Amino acid sequence: MNYIDHHAHMVSRTTDDYEKMALSGCVAVTEPAFWAGWDRSSADGFDDYFRQLTVAEPQRAAAYRMQHYSWLAMNPKEADNRELSKEVLKRIPKFIGCPTVLGIGEIGLNRITRNEVDTFREQVEMAIQYKQLILIHTPHLEDKKKGTRICIEVLRQYPELKPENVLIDHAEEHTLEMILEHGYWAGLTLYPMTKLSAVRAVDIVEVFGPGRICVAGACDWGPSDSLAVPRFIMEMKRRHHAEELIQRVVFDNPVQFLGQSANFKVAPRAREVSPAMA
Amino acid sequence: MLTSEQLIDEYFVENRNRVLEVAAFLDRLDRADESGQSVLDFRLRAFGEALSTLSAPALADPAGSRLNRIQELLSDPTTEPIPALDRKSARGAYDLWSAEARQ
Ligand SMILES: [Zn+2]
Repeated sequence: MNYIDHHAHMVSRTTDDYEKMALSGCVAVTEPAFWAGWDRSSADGFDDYFRQLTVAEPQRAAAYRMQHYSWLAMNPKEADNRELSKEVLKRIPKFIGCPTVLGIGEIGLNRITRNEVDTFREQVEMAIQYKQLILIHTPHLEDKKKGTRICIEVLRQYPELKPENVLIDHAEEHTLEMILEHGYWAGLTLYPMTKLSAVRAVDIVEVFGPGRICVAGACDWGPSDSLAVPRFIMEMKRRHHAEELIQRVVFDNPVQFLGQSANFKVAPRAREVSPAMA
Repeated sequence: MLTSEQLIDEYFVENRNRVLEVAAFLDRLDRADESGQSVLDFRLRAFGEALSTLSAPALADPAGSRLNRIQELLSDPTTEPIPALDRKSARGAYDLWSAEARQ
């Protein structure tokens, strides 16, 4: 089954992961800018990282006939450093014109400090100014509900921002309702330990329905699984869900959200027309 | 969707194992904890409340599901950003007890 992984930090992955994902039906990945697992010492490091995201990774993906897109941002784990954040933000606009850039992300909150909120707000404003989609990282564990609520409070201060242009990621059971009720997209990014599992993600689709929900596998430098979306597909089948519903969640939904950027080139599935209707 | 009988057939064994993993974790803690102080750790206190929630009846309101109630009791209930960065990563539970003690 063809699928799209909207949240995959491929810079952390070997080429073998590209191959496994391509073999399992992944047609496109989108890679948000994030923390490297250690703090960078200068904004110059981000320049190189953004070149890696916009030049090197699309080439690695193309070798396996996969499309690679990216999001640019000062990530929430380093966003408390205001001085560094301001320098990084100055460097983002020159990459926005790259043909595979979809928007600003992943921006958001980590420990929910005042500085993090200020950096988040500036990046929301940048996305509005440059007419970019937004991908939001919400904090993990005990910080998630508070962090998601504060992100939404900030977003709602910008009436010109269309909620359908924003995906709030790392959603879980206790944050889904507030994300969906305000019109945003929700990302279910799956992990093998400590965070959301494929089993619970299927529960979420059963309880909330498939509307405005996308599923991803993180593919980051920590414990994560490049085949998380195929495992979600398998779990959906284990619950006897129809192929059509599964395709909607893993392909149609991301195409609808990401396709709001003119740079995203994956075509929607052709609707099957019965002979009587043709 | 599966029937309740199908769900039990399909998911019982893996969840049986999860319960045993939790029991083994608590026994391991007991063996290591000669002073009996670990029950005072805020994470363990929250964990204990989560375990009580598991055996409580589900509420009709979806917000009252066992899972949502456990998510709530493991969440930071405060509403304002913190003034300065205290650490890089979350710890999994909010220290409600020392916060109460401070007041
Ligand atoms: Zn990420």
